[in-house]
Amino acid sequence: MDSIDVFMQVPTSISAYLEQELDKRFNVLKLWTVPNKTQFIKDNSSSIRAIVGHGGAGADAELIDSLPNLEIISSFSVGTDKIDLKKCKEKGIRVTNTPDVLTDDVADIAIGLALAVMRRLCESDRYVRSGQWKKGNYKLTTKFTGKTVGIIGLGRIGKAVAKRAEAFSCPIAYFSRTEKPELKYKYYPTVVELASNCDVLVVACPLTEETRHIINREVIDALGPKGVLINIGRGHHVDEPELVSALLEGRLGGAGLDVYQNEPEVPEQLFGLENMVLLPHAGSGTTETRNAMADLVIGNLEAHFLNKPLLTPVV
Amino acid sequence: MELIERILMEWKSLFYPHFRPHHKNLEEPERKKKKEKRKKTRLCSSNNLGTKSKTNLGSHSESLMAQQLQNLPDVLIIKPPPAFISFESDFTQKFKILRAWKSPLPLDQFLTKHAQSVQALLCRAVTPVNADLLQLLPALKLVVTVSTGANHVDKAECRRRGIAVANAGNAYSEDVADIAVGLFIDVNRRISAADWYVRRGLWSSKGDYPLSSKIGGKRVGIVGLGSIGYEVAKRLEAFGCKISYNSRSERPSLSYPFYSNVCELAANNDALIICCALTDQTRHMINKEVLSALGKDGVIVNIGRGAIIDEKELVKCLVNGEIRGAGLDVFENEPHIPKDLVAMDNVVLSPHKSVYTLESFKRGSEVMIANLEAFFSNKPLITPAYG
Repeated sequence: MDSIDVFMQVPTSISAYLEQELDKRFNVLKLWTVPNKTQFIKDNSSSIRAIVGHGGAGADAELIDSLPNLEIISSFSVGTDKIDLKKCKEKGIRVTNTPDVLTDDVADIAIGLALAVMRRLCESDRYVRSGQWKKGNYKLTTKFTGKTVGIIGLGRIGKAVAKRAEAFSCPIAYFSRTEKPELKYKYYPTVVELASNCDVLVVACPLTEETRHIINREVIDALGPKGVLINIGRGHHVDEPELVSALLEGRLGGAGLDVYQNEPEVPEQLFGLENMVLLPHAGSGTTETRNAMADLVIGNLEAHFLNKPLLTPVV
Repeated sequence: MELIERILMEWKSLFYPHFRPHHKNLEEPERKKKKEKRKKTRLCSSNNLGTKSKTNLGSHSESLMAQQLQNLPDVLIIKPPPAFISFESDFTQKFKILRAWKSPLPLDQFLTKHAQSVQALLCRAVTPVNADLLQLLPALKLVVTVSTGANHVDKAECRRRGIAVANAGNAYSEDVADIAVGLFIDVNRRISAADWYVRRGLWSSKGDYPLSSKIGGKRVGIVGLGSIGYEVAKRLEAFGCKISYNSRSERPSLSYPFYSNVCELAANNDALIICCALTDQTRHMINKEVLSALGKDGVIVNIGRGAIIDEKELVKCLVNGEIRGAGLDVFENEPHIPKDLVAMDNVVLSPHKSVYTLESFKRGSEVMIANLEAFFSNKPLITPAYG
């Protein structure tokens, strides 16, 4: 299969495993290694049969249209918001993602962020390192156990967050496209109602046209000065300027963010706030999980080119 | 910071949870309103006659109040526990507090002059209750410590003198377990280190943060499966961790595998979480042998007492990469920490604050008051400290 051209726009993070495994099997065209990117795409447009994308780099309509022999887009992520799925459906291009293998890691980060924000773990770590502990004890922080956790999107990741929060005796409430009566969690028909009735609000749904800016000023105000927002979805789930002003003005109690509107740019006004924890889109960023995701990407590509059923198709 | 300033800061952040210096101006009107309300409430609760203002008290009411105060049993406090400061009025309604820290006299003189008939001592975790102190308190029959750990109380000496000892029982177990789990997630997933990376602008200039270590599937050994250890185990199970433990005695009602010694526990786990008390048996129990058994992929979290771990050995292992990382809320010589730890990004450091929430302070105060009340009514203590 090493005659098959597979196109990658950006390197997949720190782990070289995916690139190594792709290089073993395919001829990988690495966009980031060439100076003239537009020319590179033009020169190779007719030979590219597959794209490997990830959370930050997919394939829009323009790119898809410029690759006449594109057959499959295999994304190194579970989110496919950066891929024009409608276009792919129209042109019969297959799309795969990496569900399930990253569910645990992302749910772990959601709870880790909630604990870190509410108990000020990062802030007090710096308090110790800078020698301030010698001058006095750290202040009181907010108990996490028993607080109501509201989850937007009760899919795989949402359910995994709920399972972990339940171990801390947290009552669970949720908003979802449809109510799930088989689960014993409290359903709210609107996000504002959910935000008004929980202490920690976790965004765990896919990014679509409907969920863009699902966290807006109204929701933030409903969550309130004691509420904590945890975003492990996509940056565009949140109206970021509204979030920043709410935090600066004390209208929101705190936030733990793994994703942002314009990664890797993070609003600098947040850097000085102690009621925040800021992660660099690391939700699935463990060696074990990234390897498992890479295996799925490779597995899907191999299945496609061997005319076998895809492992985790989206389209 | 002066003690008074520190107390004021804690009081402020306690009653105004959103008190942050840069929001002072925004919250000013609200703060003033709250301050006036607190003042009124305090005045109301300080007299039992239900009158709304102190200035309305006649001399008859004042002497009645003084008499009632006189009838309250004495409780000595040498240095006030933060939980006491937060909920002082709950104590003063039921007990007459002898405030040794407020006296200009040196402690031994104060005790000789004022505490010869005192039967109960309420103490902080940092107040050593030893023979030197006890011989100044000939009438003492009860020591109530605000902490769960009672290692600062010489229990043998107390036994000799017929002094009962009570601790906080499981008042803090949930908050302490939350910190243990928070530190465990942080060390493995590099939350504090990555947060610092982002705040220094390195994500945009240097690129993605290195990959961390998956929590699901990790084998976690709990050292000390008491109330706190149990809460930790329950939480970590939900993350897909496999729990086993070492404890003074096996708990057959729990299905976790038991290891009879801590070295074997370390050898069969990816992480150790220290949840036991500090005793003569557990001092430096986590030593070079145990750390070697834990191995270079192992992580250790300590929310017990610093001296349970041989700190010098731990630092050496971390420096040499003989264990992968550590999450520490306690240290051998607080508030001092080994300087080698300051530059490490595979450790998470916490200033012994696992019980520092309003809920824990409230619950801790309730337990202390319940023990004192039981003692003064000749009933069994609620949470006697054993061992």
